[in-house]
Amino acid sequence: MSFNLLVLTCIAYVILLFFVASAAERSAQQGRAKWLRSPLVYTLSLSVYCTAWTFYGAVGYAARSGLEFMTIYLGPTLVFVGWWVLLRKLVRIGREHRVTSIADLISARYGKSNLLGVIVTLLCVAAGTPYIALQLQSIALSFTVFVSDPGRVPLAADKNIIAFWVAAGLTFFTIAFGTRNLDANEQHHGVVTAIAVEAVVKLIALIAVGIFVVWFVASGPSDILARIDAQALPEWTIQPGRWTGLILLSAIAIICLPRMFQVTVVENIDDKHLATASWAFPLYLFLISLFVLPIAVIGMELMPEGANPDMFVLTLPLHLGQDGLALLSFLGGFSAATSMVIVASLALATMVSNHIVVPLWLKLRAARNLDSGNMRLLVLSVRRLSISLILALGYIYYIISGGSEALAAIGLVAFVGVAQALPALMGALFWRGASRNGAALGLSIGACLWFYSLFLPSFGPDVMISAQVLEHGLWGQSWLRPYSLFGLTTLDPLLHALFWSLLLNTLAFCLGSLLSFPSPIERVQGALFVNIFDRPGPTRSWTNPVAQAEDLLPMAQRILGASEGQAFFRAQAELQGKSGFLPDITPEFLQGLELKMSGSVGAATAHAMISQTVGTAVVSVEDLMAVASETAQIIEYSSQLEAKSEELTRTARKLRDANEKLRTLSDQKDAFLSQISHELRTPMTSIRAFSEIMMDAGDMSVQEQAHFARIIHDESIRLTRLLDDLLDLSVLEHGQVSLDIRAVNLRDLIDKAISASKSVQAQRNFRILRSRDPEDVEIVTDSGRLTQVFINILSNARKYCDATDPQMKIIVRQRKTMLEVDFIDNGSGIPRDKQALIFEKFSRLTDSLQAGGAGLGLAICREIMNNLGGDIDYVPGQGGAAFRVSLPLVLERKPMAAQPPAALARAEDAD
Amino acid sequence: MDKRVLVIEDEPNISEAIRFILTRDGWHVDVTADGVAAVGALQTNPPDVLILDLMLPGFSGFDILKTLRANPATQAMPVLMLTAKGQAADREEAERLGVTRFMTKPFANAEVVAAVQEMTGT
Repeated sequence: MSFNLLVLTCIAYVILLFFVASAAERSAQQGRAKWLRSPLVYTLSLSVYCTAWTFYGAVGYAARSGLEFMTIYLGPTLVFVGWWVLLRKLVRIGREHRVTSIADLISARYGKSNLLGVIVTLLCVAAGTPYIALQLQSIALSFTVFVSDPGRVPLAADKNIIAFWVAAGLTFFTIAFGTRNLDANEQHHGVVTAIAVEAVVKLIALIAVGIFVVWFVASGPSDILARIDAQALPEWTIQPGRWTGLILLSAIAIICLPRMFQVTVVENIDDKHLATASWAFPLYLFLISLFVLPIAVIGMELMPEGANPDMFVLTLPLHLGQDGLALLSFLGGFSAATSMVIVASLALATMVSNHIVVPLWLKLRAARNLDSGNMRLLVLSVRRLSISLILALGYIYYIISGGSEALAAIGLVAFVGVAQALPALMGALFWRGASRNGAALGLSIGACLWFYSLFLPSFGPDVMISAQVLEHGLWGQSWLRPYSLFGLTTLDPLLHALFWSLLLNTLAFCLGSLLSFPSPIERVQGALFVNIFDRPGPTRSWTNPVAQAEDLLPMAQRILGASEGQAFFRAQAELQGKSGFLPDITPEFLQGLELKMSGSVGAATAHAMISQTVGTAVVSVEDLMAVASETAQIIEYSSQLEAKSEELTRTARKLRDANEKLRTLSDQKDAFLSQISHELRTPMTSIRAFSEIMMDAGDMSVQEQAHFARIIHDESIRLTRLLDDLLDLSVLEHGQVSLDIRAVNLRDLIDKAISASKSVQAQRNFRILRSRDPEDVEIVTDSGRLTQVFINILSNARKYCDATDPQMKIIVRQRKTMLEVDFIDNGSGIPRDKQALIFEKFSRLTDSLQAGGAGLGLAICREIMNNLGGDIDYVPGQGGAAFRVSLPLVLERKPMAAQPPAALARAEDAD
Repeated sequence: MDKRVLVIEDEPNISEAIRFILTRDGWHVDVTADGVAAVGALQTNPPDVLILDLMLPGFSGFDILKTLRANPATQAMPVLMLTAKGQAADREEAERLGVTRFMTKPFANAEVVAAVQEMTGT
């Protein structure tokens, strides 16, 4: 048969699997095709146990060691038939705790210990690598068998190249189907279905070869039995010790192998499938092992001396010219190898990514916040990378080991490796006292012993471990010889390693657990795992309730509130056709009550409370844990409420402050209105009083009439001025004033202000002391407004300066871009306690007649100076009243909406 | 002898008007703007009627009223209080302190004369 045709067949077969997996995935997503997840498919997927080692190697094993190959099938058979209770427990725990791998289960049980997860993962990768290498080797070997048949000499390099392409192809297939998406339960419908198809192919292939051998080469069952007897080699005698060891080993392997854990526990969707598998899987094993011995015997009879018995399944049909049968057989072996590699690399990649890479990544990136989208992509990438890595490791092992070992030996090395997880696993399921420290200790010691006494030597002398050490022990210590540890020389290497590693592993595990105290979370997890069947399942129902409605009503009322509780009970009683509040306590009623109460207190608490009252169930640790987590949620919720109420308090405080401010403003407004009222009514009082006097007095002298008329006139002017000032102030305060900014000489302004203020108390001789040079400065400002300020100050001085010889100094100074104009008189000045008040509105210090105004002058001055980009201040300690006006030399024109000039150009009549 | 009215008012034009209308009605009118000095004079030489401005610089009309009512000699003295602020709160405060009449500026001359006559029973 041509090599190319063989390759083409393989590719076609893989494409077929691809379609099967793809279709299964699609139907699973659409929720169709329930049969895909039937007990039959589950059982067939378990056949991933039967790898190329079983397919090809069992015959070789039988040819070398007789019936001993049966031990590899007896172990799993015993487990599935006799220990299905253990499997059921594993499966239930796996599903309820969403376990994703054996490493995950052990880590979760021992207080979610990441250390244990890492140890188990490393162990499984180390053990899985030779096993994957074994599959690559078998495929490569089977290829060369076909190709070498026409007489070509097989080259080692050819095998390596074939193994490489097989590894690459399987990497692609596994990535394509195992990491298409992330499932919380790590279930892979497509892969499982493809595995089931492969299970059928390999079974049919082996049976076909078997039938051919028994009925077409030999002449029937009796003939074949006779030929078996004729081949009675010394090895065929049963060695009870070795048998026991190997049966135990394979029994352990079916539980601990990562790929078996994946299909048995992780991919399981219903415990009931185990019931089918407990007879169907042993049956499968029986069928696949049925023809091993006949094929081996016929092979030994017919094949030339030196033919590899591991390849009898393939070479025998070829030798007899049955190319079609050989091809079927080849596909069977190919199926066995690929299914193992796919599931094993998937399971190992899950462990590597979940327990090593992702935790490491998270620790490194702890500072950054990754959103879930990133996380998902990260995990998928890590998975893909891990799968590639694991297959690469398998390929490297294959190259290093040279593919020289008999297939079966490599498989057993892996078995002993994964068996190290057994003590921790059994402790997890059955011993509540088992602790993390014990598990870590046992696992480490077991793994080290396996590594030293079996794994490293398995490469052969001088590859990983020197022949020197193999012969004389580490550092020349004979009790450290890998194959004869502690002087035990009577066992063969495999059993020797199994014995020591498992013995010391178990001892360390037990001692470590006894001597260390488990942490609270370990104790809780321990109780949850060990007593998984003691708790009510996900569908809780009430059986044989013994309570009276009288007992339940008070509790329900307390939880639901009196009226709602009574209403519920009455409604339930009505449903049962009874009147009153007390329905019969039926399971349906209790379920309804539980549902109702869980709305108030949470499902777990409701269940626990009803359990206590009804007395049918004991509250389990799980229930208490659920209650605790509900309580935690309530606490979380209440702290959120607290935060909200704090926020409300803050808002309330802000509101209070704002209200306070408003009230102050309102008070100020009231005071202001009251002031204005007073200022308006006062002149009006005089006006009204004198008008009335003049209206009804006939005997008034002309002088009197003129005097009263003048009063009325003056008061009217006062009234008008007040209104003008108010309007002016309002415009200035709101910044709505339009300034007339232009260049002007300061000296001219002062001249103008002095002459304008002369009208105030014109009879007084008021000397003004000026220094005319500094005044000669060009400024850019609103000259009218500035003059208004100057006039106000000068008028005030003329009115209030109490010196007998009143005088005023005007001092002009330039400071950088600012100009200061000081007005200092020689009076007694303004008392210290009043200085802060003078710029306030209506702050008249003397009586109103003398002031002749409402006390708005300086308030207006301040507003004007603010508008001119400067200020006006009272300067104390100058020997008299002293005002300083400061302003910029050049006032920048600021853009402003044009305002109709209100009360402008009144500089002349300011007070 | 003419009845005497004392006017405590810091607005000279207003006190001049009051003096004119009451003098014309036959009263003897004294006018002062200094409340503190007036309180002393009130004790020794109490007028028949006191006309009191509320808003006085320094010592307010309320202060003067309080002092008067605390003194037995002036306890029953008729007091007409004038105010330009015209707030209800001021009226209440004045009544609480025992004011006889309360009037808001601007007033009608006839009202003032009538009030003074009424308070003295003439």
